[in-house]
Amino acid sequence: MTEVAFTASATSGTRTYLTHALPLWRRTLLTHEAMIILSVVVVSIIAAASIPRFATPLTLSYLLLDVTPILLCALPVTLILVSGEIDLSVASAVGFSNVVIGWLFAEGVPIQGAILAGVLSGLLVGLVNGFLVAVLQLPSLAVTIGTLALFRGISIGILGTDSITNFPVELKSLANANVPGTGFPLVMFAVLVAIVLFAVMLHFTPFGRSVYATGQGIDTARFSGVRTVRVKFTLFLLSGLLAGLVGAYYTFRYGSARGDNAAGLELAVIAGVVLGGVSIFGGRGRIVGVVAGVLLIGLVQSVLRFMNYSSDVINIAVGGLLVVSVAVPLAFTAITQTVAHARRKTSTPMRAEESQHRKGK
Amino acid sequence: MTAHSKKSNTWRAAAIAAGAMSAVLLLSGCTGAAAGSSSSDQGTTALSVGYVPKMLANPYFDQAGVGAEEAVKELNGDYVAVGPQVGAADAQVPFINTLAQQGRNGIILSASDPSALGQALTTAREAGTKVVTFDSDVEPEYRDLFVSPVPDMSLSKAMVDVMIEQIGEEGKIAILGASPNAKNQNAWISGIEKDIADSHPGIEIVEKFYGNDDDQESFDKTAAALQKTPGLSGIISTSTVGTASAARYISSSSFAGNVALTGIGMPNATKAYLEDGTIKKFVLFDPADMGRVGAYAIRALLDGDITGKAGDTFTAGDLGEYTVEEGGIVQAGEPIVFDLENIDQYNF
Repeated sequence: MTEVAFTASATSGTRTYLTHALPLWRRTLLTHEAMIILSVVVVSIIAAASIPRFATPLTLSYLLLDVTPILLCALPVTLILVSGEIDLSVASAVGFSNVVIGWLFAEGVPIQGAILAGVLSGLLVGLVNGFLVAVLQLPSLAVTIGTLALFRGISIGILGTDSITNFPVELKSLANANVPGTGFPLVMFAVLVAIVLFAVMLHFTPFGRSVYATGQGIDTARFSGVRTVRVKFTLFLLSGLLAGLVGAYYTFRYGSARGDNAAGLELAVIAGVVLGGVSIFGGRGRIVGVVAGVLLIGLVQSVLRFMNYSSDVINIAVGGLLVVSVAVPLAFTAITQTVAHARRKTSTPMRAEESQHRKGK
Repeated sequence: MTAHSKKSNTWRAAAIAAGAMSAVLLLSGCTGAAAGSSSSDQGTTALSVGYVPKMLANPYFDQAGVGAEEAVKELNGDYVAVGPQVGAADAQVPFINTLAQQGRNGIILSASDPSALGQALTTAREAGTKVVTFDSDVEPEYRDLFVSPVPDMSLSKAMVDVMIEQIGEEGKIAILGASPNAKNQNAWISGIEKDIADSHPGIEIVEKFYGNDDDQESFDKTAAALQKTPGLSGIISTSTVGTASAARYISSSSFAGNVALTGIGMPNATKAYLEDGTIKKFVLFDPADMGRVGAYAIRALLDGDITGKAGDTFTAGDLGEYTVEEGGIVQAGEPIVFDLENIDQYNF
């Protein structure tokens, strides 16, 4: 996954070793990302075949509508995790944007102005996070836990226990509308555009490579000419911007602005990102895996709800899935390395590509 | 840190995890399949009800669910209780969507937000699901009926009566509410004010304060109110949390024995203060009645016996006959006064 950036510079001249240790089909199909995608497909097929009324356009519509806020927040958070930082304040930024929209609208501001102010409120959260993490170089875990509480508190302070609900009907139906005759929500077109933009940004631009470089070793990256402060600052701004947009979407999806809206969303976001194969230590992860990870969580939740399980069981299942997806590959790597070590000691000489692979570490 | 390079082992692990999960889903999928389609001997469509509380593992909603489940069983229906763990506005939406998709013909719901569930409920009702709310209503256009626990005025009157029994017809009292914005709080508090103005001219309400259903806040506000208002004879709390918190303060302060406390309270949370004498009597209702009435209302709606308009009547098993009031509201019961004699009969 991450070797690509390095091999690109080594293509000139004749090489005496293989570019990759494994053939192309193994590198693309036998990855964490591919396994998550396969899980999505397998679970969908089994659920559609065995649960009555599951395989309907309505299921697809609800599933996609439910994962939309999580997916949109997960895209910038993926980049932030790849850069070696974390953002726990996304849900509070969504809630803050939602509350600002509701509050201004109730005060008589036209809805377009309120939406703009909401998006800017999200951006403000990103600005504060970016300044504290990138410029002052404070740890993002502590900073974003702080801004999580700070902006949630401000949101509840603005609206108290009020709930603003009289939003324009046209916007509410637009946020819930499907492509006529299908179960495909219109909002998914915006989501698809966002996915493509973030995938291109992370995987096919110099900025994306500097994000990986920052996550793999910030000092090395800085000495190699990566402007790490600017990279991190940009990422937190992006996270705030997307959270602001999600806040606007959320307002019309549920037709409600309340101080506690979207509380706890950050956990779903982080779970989706980590399940999608992004390393919490930075430097590793792909957008496609995150999209599949978020969809898998949404799908498992949907299936379990169909089987009449309540949220406690659903949380156990999602939590278990997350722990398994992180722990099992680590455990297997440890076991196979021990086995390989023992085998090497006894007799067989190493294959050439395997030894190359090890030197690379 | 160690796992990054060994892809060939990572996929193998993930494949096993995915396989195991698929097996689990396959097995449980078979059992889950039976739920939505149980038949019954009722002449018309079989009752299939989803119960959605504001949150799970809450004694108040558990008790309401007990009533709903009993009534659905009496009607030979299929019952399932699902819901979120937190009272966030949108948390109930996926559960309502799923119940509608399963083709259930009734939902009994206590709403966390009056409008956030609107779109989900409208879709469900268009597919033929009857929606009955209880305890916390949604906007009337999103449901068929609302089951209120008790008439607001009778609850207010019961609280005032219990207070008068203790302090007599003369004295200054304070009211401890949950929040100044909640609809039911305002109804109860204005009911108390009206009853006192109409029937008990010797009683003066000198102060109203709010604890936001928060234990510590209610405790602190009670302490402040008692200290700055000398000669207070009693406090009526319209917040169940507030009643227990105020009792905790009073029982440990110099006001113990001098200030009468009553209001609405949860039996299990308030029992200790009945036993130590801080509270002589308090008021509530049986949440299970709301669940029972809700289940019978869904049956009546499905059979076309009622449509939810004012004046419709239906029978709810042993509870007797109910009449729909203006605005599609049904009153499930009457207030219960709890004291040391009867507290042990209730467990919620």
